[in-house]
Amino acid sequence: MTPCIFVPNDTGARSLGADHVAEAIRSTVERSGIDARIVRNGSRGAYALEPLIEVDSPRGRIGFARMQPDHAATLFAGGLPEIDHPLCIGRVDDVPFFRKQQRLTFIRAGIIDPLDLDAYRANGGFEGLGRALALAPAQIVDEVRRSGLRGRGGAAFPAAIKWQTVLETSAPMKYVVCNADEGDSGTFADRLLMEADPFQLIEGMTIAAIATGASGGYIYLRSEYPHARDVLEHALSIARRAGILGPDACGPGRSFDIELRIGAGAYVCGEETSLLESIEGKRALVRFKPPVPAISGLFGQPTLINNVLTFAAATTILAKGGEYYAAFGVGRSRGTMPFQLSGNVAQGGIVEVPFGASLRSIIEGFGQGSLSGRPLRAAQVGGPLGAYLPPSLWDTSLDYEAFTNESAMLGHGGIVAFDDSVDLGEQAEFAMQFCAHESCGKCTPCRIGSVRGVEVIQRIRRGAAVDANVALLEDLCETMEVGSLCALGGLTPVPVRSILRHFRDDLVPSGTNLIAVERRS
Amino acid sequence: MNHERELDIVREELAVTAPSKDLLLPLLLDVQRRIGHVPKGSVDLIAQHFNLSRADVHGVASFYHDLRDVPAGRHVVQICQAEACQAVGCRTLAAHAQRRLGVAMGATTADSHITIEPAYCFGNCACGPTVRVGDEIYGRVTADRFDVLIAALDETHR
Repeated sequence: MTPCIFVPNDTGARSLGADHVAEAIRSTVERSGIDARIVRNGSRGAYALEPLIEVDSPRGRIGFARMQPDHAATLFAGGLPEIDHPLCIGRVDDVPFFRKQQRLTFIRAGIIDPLDLDAYRANGGFEGLGRALALAPAQIVDEVRRSGLRGRGGAAFPAAIKWQTVLETSAPMKYVVCNADEGDSGTFADRLLMEADPFQLIEGMTIAAIATGASGGYIYLRSEYPHARDVLEHALSIARRAGILGPDACGPGRSFDIELRIGAGAYVCGEETSLLESIEGKRALVRFKPPVPAISGLFGQPTLINNVLTFAAATTILAKGGEYYAAFGVGRSRGTMPFQLSGNVAQGGIVEVPFGASLRSIIEGFGQGSLSGRPLRAAQVGGPLGAYLPPSLWDTSLDYEAFTNESAMLGHGGIVAFDDSVDLGEQAEFAMQFCAHESCGKCTPCRIGSVRGVEVIQRIRRGAAVDANVALLEDLCETMEVGSLCALGGLTPVPVRSILRHFRDDLVPSGTNLIAVERRS
Repeated sequence: MNHERELDIVREELAVTAPSKDLLLPLLLDVQRRIGHVPKGSVDLIAQHFNLSRADVHGVASFYHDLRDVPAGRHVVQICQAEACQAVGCRTLAAHAQRRLGVAMGATTADSHITIEPAYCFGNCACGPTVRVGDEIYGRVTADRFDVLIAALDETHR
């Protein structure tokens, strides 16, 4: 068999020059008459190694990290490079960053050509769908219930309850909607899954359609992901041609198809009801609940709306059984979570491990400390609405309840590390600014509260009437938390309060400077 | 592009769009892709097509950050300003970009060549700071690499 040269093709690798590397390898290989096939795989998600080229060898796939176009000529000068080549990092499966993970959802990411349906099938794809087609809808929901799966978008709502509700609500039309508006900074698992293994999302949504009796499907993808858009467009048309989507997708005569909708730069669309408004072509204003979307969602019909990773997990759960999935994890956080490590770390990327690992094991074990070489000082977990945690709290177990106990949240699993050059007063102000920028405007605590929040934090940072303004900020945080319609306004206080609790000195100027500053202002 | 030509493009897009209200946002995105913005003067046409009020159309067009009602520069350069990129110096990069181009964030250079804008996350968080130009995403963008990107834009399309 012709050996393959794998050149990654996700946004991350491309942003570091993978396309130019692929072109350089192609021309070198052609010129030298080397018998090899170039495959554009996704990415395994170890971004410190990207662009990570892999070459088939008798000992498995061997890797060449941080490839640049001008490496191609030397690397392929004597035919296919071997494991003793100076640029080689050895067998990719043996790299600790990968070996220490427990990949269920990202098992094919970076292994196969994302648009090769046969490769998807040959590597465990469609096993879950095959089983779902042989089960009654209620049995599928039971399997999801046994897995303990909770929504991976951030809210961690038990998936089976949503699925059951849509199944039990009768209507002429039902929808399955994928929330692919992954707007949280520091999160990129949805993007990588869609770019590296898009058929898994299509399979998961089809399983959900069988389970709930839905025939219409939408993927709402953010506009900031142009490459994911291209991959999904291709994957959807391949799936339609293969009959996986279309008139008989859910069994003979039971149709299901998926339409791709692109967002327009509104963070709030990650909130499920505003996402539905956006698909309906409207301003993305958050809806009042009840009714929940499972009863009255898209176009007023019962709608199952889940995150990319939730649908993806369903393929593993159906293929291997709910008990298999539930055997991973701790407490009420079952299964694995693809954590996303980024910011000021030496080795960022996708780290899929069972719930229950410590935050420190991710940041220090996988991340290998800071990128800058300076000491790390804080990690923001769970996106812009998540808490900033100091290293003294990094032994916290990565599970939903343990984080709630620390007034923090796991959210969508983003972990952003900051070194000691960070000014957390500036980060607190940014949290309010971001909320003001992205508020849909429907409820007052979020729309006005965020603007007032920026102002009061600016006054505190200037040192003006600090005690009174800190009291005001705490009061404002409470108002936003209990009075906002959705998580944007409701959770913006989380990072702000975490900074007041753990990094107060950054936000509140110390007493000695205070009087002088106050006199000036 | 003159105004009449812009309206012709809007008409072309409307002609291939069913008058179904959920297609309003995709239509606006298509119009912007072809013209570069959604001309204010096209709101009437669009409203009639979907049987919506002008306020409805304006409401949608003005809600989403991606949609603009005035032309941008020939190239829109977006610099991620979200937390993961902040942790690796995107604020410094933004300051450099503003000095290099002589305009503030959100503004267009006097020769209409480049618009720089903040953006909030391209999902390239482990490779920041991240910059987007058109549909291309660039990672680990230092001040030097930014200058190389801008120089390439200067060469190819001015």
